[in-house]
Order: sequence, then C-alpha cells, then structure tokens
Amino acid sequence: MEVKITINGQEVSRDVEPRTLLVHFIRDTPGLTGTHWGCDTSNCGACVVLMDGKPVKSCTTLAAMCVGHEIRTVESLERNGQLDPVQLGFHEKHGLHCGFCTPGMLMTTRALLDHNPNPTEQEIRTAISGAICRCTGYKNIVSAVRWAAEHEAATKQEA
Amino acid sequence: MQTPAPFEYERATTVEGAIATLAKIGPEARLIAGGHSLLPMMKLRLANPEYLIDINDLDELSYIDERITEIRIGALTRHAELLESELLARRAPVFRDAEEVIADPVVRNRGTIGGSLCQADAAEDLSAVCAALKATVVLRGPEGERTTGMNGFYIGPFTTAVGADEMLTEVRIPLRSGAGSAHEKVERRAGDFAIAAVSAAVWIEGGVITDAGLALGALGPTTIIATRAEELLKGKPPSEELFAQAGGIAKEDCSPVPDGRGPVDYKRHLASVLSVRALRRATARALQHEDR
Amino acid sequence: MATMETATTERPIGFGRLKRKEDARFIRGKGTYLDDIRLPGMVHGVMLRSPYAHARIVSIDTSAALAHPGVAAVVTAKDLETLGLAWMPTISYDTQAVLAGDKVRFQGQEVAFVIAVDEYTARDALALIDVEYEPLPAVVNARKALDPDAPLIRDDKDGQRDNLASPLWEAGDSEATDRAFAEADTIVTRDIIYPRCHPAPLETCGMIADFNPDTGQLDIYNGNQAPNAHRTVYAHVAGLAEHMIRIRCNDIGGGFGNKVPVYPGYVCAIAGSIVAGVPVKWIEDRSENLMSTGFARDYVMHAEMCSKGGKITGLRVDVIADHGAFDSTAQPTKFPAGFFHIVCGSYDLEAAHVQVKAVYTNKAPGGVAYRCSFRITEAVYLVERMVDALALEMKVDPIDLRMNSFIAPEQFPYETTTGWTYDSGEYAKTMREAMRIAGYDELRKEQAEKRARGELMGIGTSFFTEGVGAGPRKHMDILGLAMNDGADLRVHPSGKAVVSISAQTQGQGHETTFAQIVAEELGIPPEDVQVRHGDTDKTPYGLGTYGSRSTPVSGAAVAVVSRKVRDRARLIAATMLETRTEDLAWEKGRWYVKGDPEKGAMIEEIAAYAYSGEAMPEGIEGGLDAQVIYDPPNLTYPCGAYICVVDVDPDTAAVKVRRFIAVDDCGVRINPMIVEGQIHGGLAEGIGIALMEVITFDDEGNCLNGSFMDYLIPTALECPDFELGETVTPCPHHPLGAKGVGESPNVGSPPAIVNAIIDALHDSHGVDHIDMPCTPARVWAAMQGRPEPPQ
Repeated sequence: MEVKITINGQEVSRDVEPRTLLVHFIRDTPGLTGTHWGCDTSNCGACVVLMDGKPVKSCTTLAAMCVGHEIRTVESLERNGQLDPVQLGFHEKHGLHCGFCTPGMLMTTRALLDHNPNPTEQEIRTAISGAICRCTGYKNIVSAVRWAAEHEAATKQEA
Repeated sequence: MQTPAPFEYERATTVEGAIATLAKIGPEARLIAGGHSLLPMMKLRLANPEYLIDINDLDELSYIDERITEIRIGALTRHAELLESELLARRAPVFRDAEEVIADPVVRNRGTIGGSLCQADAAEDLSAVCAALKATVVLRGPEGERTTGMNGFYIGPFTTAVGADEMLTEVRIPLRSGAGSAHEKVERRAGDFAIAAVSAAVWIEGGVITDAGLALGALGPTTIIATRAEELLKGKPPSEELFAQAGGIAKEDCSPVPDGRGPVDYKRHLASVLSVRALRRATARALQHEDR
Repeated sequence: MATMETATTERPIGFGRLKRKEDARFIRGKGTYLDDIRLPGMVHGVMLRSPYAHARIVSIDTSAALAHPGVAAVVTAKDLETLGLAWMPTISYDTQAVLAGDKVRFQGQEVAFVIAVDEYTARDALALIDVEYEPLPAVVNARKALDPDAPLIRDDKDGQRDNLASPLWEAGDSEATDRAFAEADTIVTRDIIYPRCHPAPLETCGMIADFNPDTGQLDIYNGNQAPNAHRTVYAHVAGLAEHMIRIRCNDIGGGFGNKVPVYPGYVCAIAGSIVAGVPVKWIEDRSENLMSTGFARDYVMHAEMCSKGGKITGLRVDVIADHGAFDSTAQPTKFPAGFFHIVCGSYDLEAAHVQVKAVYTNKAPGGVAYRCSFRITEAVYLVERMVDALALEMKVDPIDLRMNSFIAPEQFPYETTTGWTYDSGEYAKTMREAMRIAGYDELRKEQAEKRARGELMGIGTSFFTEGVGAGPRKHMDILGLAMNDGADLRVHPSGKAVVSISAQTQGQGHETTFAQIVAEELGIPPEDVQVRHGDTDKTPYGLGTYGSRSTPVSGAAVAVVSRKVRDRARLIAATMLETRTEDLAWEKGRWYVKGDPEKGAMIEEIAAYAYSGEAMPEGIEGGLDAQVIYDPPNLTYPCGAYICVVDVDPDTAAVKVRRFIAVDDCGVRINPMIVEGQIHGGLAEGIGIALMEVITFDDEGNCLNGSFMDYLIPTALECPDFELGETVTPCPHHPLGAKGVGESPNVGSPPAIVNAIIDALHDSHGVDHIDMPCTPARVWAAMQGRPEPPQ
C-alpha cells in the first residue's frame, strides 16, 4: 500500500507492506538512519521519534498509522546550521559515549523541554525512563538537559 | 529486530465502520489503537491476526467528561492524558497513582484505556483501577450498545466479555461523595509489569466506610476483585486493624503463580501489604475530601 | 609563521576536560553503525535457532523456505561442511559449531541461515524450515555438570568423557594457606554466586560481508572490539590471505566485551557472500543477542577467609565456572581462568589458594565479558563480600578491617601471594577520601536513628585493586597473538597530524583522548590531530579494546610514538637552527635553544622543513613520522574505594540505591570528563547486576530472560546522582603514568551494593548473605531467613 508520511516537514511517499514498522520506513528513507533500534519489546527507546510533537517508539508504530501525522526525527533538530540546545547540551556535558541511544534521548528531551521548559532532575529522569543508555549512567544526560533548559531560558531572555 | 507476519490493514473512519469490519472478517480481525500490547506480540509472532483495523482516527472516542454522577472516559483516551487530567486527580486519584507507574512516559503517549482493559493482562494496572472504582464499560456491537460492570468483565487470562464483533467505547466512573482511592505497585524496575499491584477505593460517610473497592493486579489469572475483603470493610469505621484484616483476606483470596518476578509466598505477602497501604491512602484522601 | 596556540581549560592542548570531537556526528544522528550501511545488491541473512537446550537433529527440511519468494539460499551445517566451515575455532582453543549438525547444545543455538532479499522476507522464511528434533536431557546446573549421570554435551570432541571444559587451574600456595587458617583467630565460610548476566550493548551484533569474486577481496563491516585479531582469525578460517580481508568497524553502539568473540552469524555471512558473490548482511535481534552471544560471569564460588590479630591473613577459593556449551571465553592463553587469581585483593595476605574448574552446560557459550577485566569482577566481588563477612564475624567495622589489612604504600611494587606485581597505590588515602565524600560517620549516625524507627538503611563498602592493560608479550597472548599494540604517527607538512591506533572505541572517546596524548607530547592542538582507527587497512596491528587496555597499551604506544617523533624533530630542529641537539630544550610545541629561548623551531615549522628540499641531519630521512609497537612491562593496577547507601522497604523488600560514592585511582587522567563518564556508566551497570540483571534457565534449559522485558537494565530512575572523587597514584611504568579505568566501576560496585543491603538487614533480620540479583522477592526471602541462591 502507498504510505505518505510527513517526516521533518517533507512528504515521504513509498509503497510498503502494512506491516512495515515506522522505524524501518524512516530508516529506509535516504539520509534518515539516525533513528535506531535496540530491542524487540518496546523497552529500549533507541527508536524514539516525535509524532505530532510527542515522543513515540517508532518500533511499535506501523508506518501506515502515521499517515496524516507529522513525524520528526533527530535529523530535524539542527536548523540552518544551528544545533538545537539539547544537542549543544549533550555535547557540553558529555551526555553521550557510543551515541546509539542519543537520537532517542535527544528527541525525548526536546519534547520534554517543549512541554516543561524548567524540569527538575527528577522530572528529567522520569522523562527519559523509557530509554536505556548502557554507557553514560544517565548523570551527564541529566546535566545536559539542565544545561539546555538554562541555555534556552537565557536565549529567550536576550530575545 | 523481529518483525510481524503479513496482514491486511484498514483505517476505520467511524465506530460503526470498525464494528462492521470486525463482524465481516471475524476472529482474524483485531482492533489496534496504541498497539503497544498487540504489536510487540505480533513482532514475536505470538499473535498473528490477518486483519488490523486501526481506530486511531476515531477522535470522538477521546475524552474525559465530567457528568453529575459519573466521569465518562472515551476508550481512545491515552495513558498520558489520564495521567495529566486534573479532574481525575481530584475525583479519582487512583488513576494518577497508576499512570505514574504504567510502562514509561513514551509508551503512555500511545497506549489507551480501551486497549489496556481489553488486553486483559492480569498485571495491567488500569484494570485494577477500574475494578476498584466499580466502573462500568460500554460495549458497542452491530446490534447496538450494552454496558457491563467490571465484575465478570474478565473471563480468563487475556480474555474479556467483549464480543468478537464488539468494541469497548467508553469507561464510566461513578461519582459519589466521600470518595478516596489509591494504587500501590511493586515492580522489579521502573516500567516493569507489577510483581503485585492493588487498587483501593473507599467511600466514607459519617466516619464509616459505606462502600469499598479492592482489586488485585498480577495476583491471579485475571485482575481479581477481592469481594470478601470489600464486604468486610463495608459498614465499619476505617482503622489500621481493619485494613490489616482486609489485607489478610486479599492474601488468602488471590491466586498468584510463581515466575521470574517472585514466588507465591512473596506475592501473597505483597497482596496484604499493598492492600493495607492502598486502603490507608485511599482513606486519608477520602477524609480530606469535601462533599461536592 | 604560526604563533603557538595557547591552551585554555576549555581547549587544553594536552590533558584536560576537552569536549569530544566525535560528538559532532552522533548528536546529528549521523553515526555509521552496522545497520546503517546499505551496499548495492546487498541481501539479508537471518538465523534459525534451536528451541531446545539439548537435542539430536533428526532432519532439516529447507525446501519450503527455499521455495518462498525472495529467498536466495538456506544454509545448513551440511553446506558449511563442504566449505570446511561447519565448526570454527574459539578464543579458548575449543571448537564451536557454526551451524548445528549432529545436535543442538543450547537453546538459541544456530541451526540454519536464511538469505533473502530483505529482512522481513528472511524472517517469514524461518517459519517454513522444518527441523525434527529428538530432545535430550539438559545440563543446566553447573554444580551438577560433573555428576556421573550427567548427559555428555561435547560428544563431538574426541576423548571427551564428561562435561569438564578445561582442567583444574590453581594459583597460590595451598600449604601456606592451610597454615594461615590453622593459626587464625577467626574464619568465615561462604558460598557466593556471581550469576550469569549479559553485557547487552544497545546495538546488537552483526556483520556485512562483501566478497568480490573478481578481485578475491573480502570487505567486512562489523562492530567488533579487536578488528586486527578478527581478521587473522578469518584469514585462517576462510583460507584467505590477511591482506585480502579488510575489516571496517565504523561506529559501534557499545561493546562491553559482547563484541569480542567471533559469532556463527559472522561466519555464515562471510560464507554466504563468498558463495553468492554479493554483500550479505546479518544483524541479530535482541533476543538472539541475549540468548546466544557472549554472556558474562556465572561463577559458583566457595570461599573461606581468615584473620589474625585484627588483620586478614588467608583466603581459599574454589570455583566452578559455567562456560556454556562451547568454551569461548576470551583471555590470554596462559590464564585459562583469566585474572581471577587477583582475588587476593588489596590486602597484605599471608597466603591464598585458588582453584577454578570450568564445566560445559547446555547454555550459550561465553563467560568473559561485561567490563570484567578477565574475571576480575568475579574476583573482587568474592574478596569484598568475604571481607564484609569476616568483619561481621569479628564484629568490627568493615572499613576498619580493610584499613588494618591494606597493602601499605611503602610495600609497592607489591608481589601478591598469587603472583601479581601491583605497581602503585595509596589505599588508605583513597579509602579515606571516599569516607570524606560520603560523610561516613554521619551516615552511621543516621543509620542508627533510622534503625530505632524500624527503617532499614544500609551502608556498604568495597575496595578493589584490579589489573588491566594486558599485557607483556612474554606472558600474554590470545590465540598466539601477543597482546601488544601499535601506533603510527605522521605529522604532515602543515604541522597537523594523523595517529593510527589499533585500539577500537565503542564509545570510549578515543578520537578525543588519543589526540590529547599527541597534543600533550607534541603541542599540536587536539583538533589538528586526526585519530585513525577501526579500519584494518589503515591501522597498525594490535589486539583491540577490552580489559581496559586502551590507555595502558595503546595510550602508551601513542605516547612513545609521539616522543619518537619529538626526538626526530629535535634532530631536524638542530639542523634548522644550526646548533647541537644537546643545546635544545623542549616546551610544549617547540624546541628552543637553551641559552637563547627566543631562538627556536615550532613543530609546524619543523614539519614543513622535514618535507622540504632543505638539508636533513646526517642519517635522517625526510618526513616527520614514526611507528611503534608497545610491549607493556606489566599490567597497570588501578584501585578504588566505593561506598553505597541503600534503603530497603521493610515490607516490600524493594531496594533503592540512595547514594553511590566512587573514588577511583586510575593514575594520571588524560581527560577527566571522559574518565568520569566511564565511571558513571560502569556504576549503572553494577546497579543492574546487583539488583536486576540475570540470565536464568528452567530445568529444561529454556532461557527465561531472552528480552528486555525480562533482562532488566537500569533506567535513569534506578541510578542515583553518582558522587565521584579521585586520588592519583601514577603508574610507575606507564609513559604517561596512566592506568586505565573503563572496567573499574563494574568491578567495584556490585559488592558495595550487596554489602550495603546486608548491612541494612543484618541487625533487624539476621541476614549475613544474599546472592545477586537482589530483586524484591529475593531480598524478602533473605529477610525471612531463606536466602536462596539463584537457579
């Protein structure tokens, strides 16, 4: 069946089987291998993308279900050569090692800050509790998100 | 990653249309909403429906409406919406307690109350919540609508009273004065299914429990309504001794199986401990609550 | 010409908290992991696996699968036999079936390999393969593996009569140990299990094999931790010349030892590509990863420890090691039990004796993985649990017992009773720093107050010394390949440089830290030093990254090669400045004349000169580069003091790690930010192992933890805000004084957590032992007086 999904503002249209998972639909689109997968049971969060602004596990979503919805992946965070504050925060605070969980973490925390611009440490930990990181022990991810929150607040003040 | 077997797919545009397709295709057709119970099973090839009816477009089933004597929740309401609802937090705080510990925040953006109840996993928290609150559910089929209470809704493991060509469209939470409710859960790790969970609801008038709901999760083949414990509580003033007695009955009346989460004696112990804790918190909330 | 760049804290030229160069692609989602690679004409392989733990294969019917549209081939053992590939050698000099022929020996074992046009189709075809099995009784309990009536697992091996995987291995002095016990004041005995767990990196294992039939070149894309060693193995197994094989690792989504072994899927992908002449991709799913790839630990230990005069004096340990169905543990050849005999720990013992017996069971093969430093995780867990057990018996504070028993600073280099020479350490200082950060005395006060109210708070300690950076070529080889690593450094005419290393990052930040080493030694800013790795065509030979060996071995190699370049630069500078080499002094980035500091040559100027037509010094060729193979004189011995605070719910028995204090001494730190990050990650793994991670089996050998629903990994909610400290005792033999640290947190944390749980429950419930994982159910059983060992 023909499936047409808006990904990062562009319409992507392909003929796929109904059983094609969103994560595979995304990854088969040129330039969009930033969304990863790491398990079979919807636990690890490596596949998180935004659907209409909310984080969802793309491994547990059919591509067909996303017709008529807006999908945003990690590749959408950088705009016009400017990195998103969450991306900057992860770099500033060493919030990544191998980078495999990072796209899912970035999308989850981007959505968190859109919803809650000044989250506490506990709120950050809760927000990312659907994503596993094997490398960082989470402490620097929390710092990265706090950095991004403060950076965004400061930038808004200046604006 | 594991992948599902092939199937046909249709997007329902109306409730009637979805039901008509269910009736036409028969048992090989399944409704899919959030899909976070069904799709993982399909990827592991433990479930292989040949036809999926996607009901995510049925926005008319997504609501939390306050009526005078009840709150009506549309079946397609997502866990995240139930968690954030201030109305539910005020009138039925057991929902927020449970939602905080259901799956994880990302899964909660997709999973729905209808899907959770119909999945009929004994470890599923909202089943215990609705049973304790003495909810009724609305089922719509080709012949029309019917309602049924939570007692008898669960027939067996992963099996409900919803007919093959019916859809659960609404959950109704009765509102009465003097209400308090709470949910307690123990898990091996955040987001895991419960080792044991208990939802409790009490209605207190004149210092006496006029009605009680006590439902046990992950402690039997289905969600268990601890009827004997509920009967014990009715008509009595709340007290730690009373909670302990109720807990003792819950411990006896559940039928846990040993598994990776724990052996039988530990689960029975939790039935008692969590019943006491849930009743204690439900009572405290009821006593703070002003009559509306 | 260029002026010398000034170092800042933000952008140090050399050691310091430099932000990572590799982040740029990862934060944009532009990493290249295995599954991101698509090659023209590529097909997909998927593995059919055994549902049984032990069964004869009666027949395999692949006809329906072969007939399925889009299926190119279905490979079985029979097909591989004709290529001589049905069995492959393991790192432990055993053999492992690539595809099962006669029988299956663990649930999840590889039985057939389907190659199809895409993964969905290949998986559909799996269901069409018809295998008839004749189930056999399974050996699931390592303690029963050598019972006389235990079924024989390895009937494929000539002369194998039982399930012994390797002969008894001993270290230490049994008679001296008997004497120590005879003279002891206090003796404790414990049966301690380190259960089977799994490294479970977030990216599963996989490979793309691309054989070009026209050129005979085999191109491999594969996330593995030792690409050069793997290439040598494939050359041997596939009968190809090594220079015809190229392995590219690109980006790896975590390794933790899981990506050290050669897996059947790799061999099948290679065989498939050689036969079909197209690229074949195989990438396992998560349940395959958990059920069939290299697990960790699974040591059943019986130990006794004794003390005299308030000091620990002796230790006796007897181990049954469960190696699974094939012996594929990774360790240097002369150390079949790895470095387990470092179990003497951080203490000045009189004597110790260790013996280890390895057995086969009907489970996945493996055992050495998950940040274990070749079994040091098991050893430290054992000794640190025993020290606490002894302290309980002696009724002394467990930290006091450690302090009384530590090896003293003046005793270094210290020869342990089991044959290790520890390089340096100031154990008491490190321990006191942990106590200071933790506020140990206040914690004990708080505990007393809480106890009075019936609240269960526990404080647990562990102190570890481990040995990393294998190792000296005269002692340490894997499959006959010396554990030495190379480094090649070339400074270009522009003064920028490329350093090629044989270490293989899977997230450790090598593109940054190795550039920092060159920067420290040569004064070239790190952003101008490219670190080349992960491509066997472009890197020197070496044994890769595991056992925390990158800094001790490759780091040393890079320091030494940088110094060689610096020395060569000195000779060239002397010619440039028309002076003698003895008259030159070095400041970072520049050789200058001692008596006339304004007169000097910066490294960029020297580089430009070296490539120009100008006269070179006598005997020196043009260019500015050097090559080194580094043979470490010894292991390095990082240590650490860890303190854990837990709260146990008295009714539900749920355990919460409230605080974790980790003071590590890993010598000189190249990039403290990266060191700290490594420690955070390892501590989280320790929490997982202590509280929730385990691979268990039922009596029939069915794996019960084959997905992330049941193999539980800690989330951000289970990990506290880690509190780190440091002491720095440089390594005397390492060129940079650095020791390596990646595995230390996983080595040191599980015993601290378990000691804390016992501390919480001893007074109130009489608990004096509990095995991991300390799930609520298991803690509750211990509180009822019924602590059960797992499985």
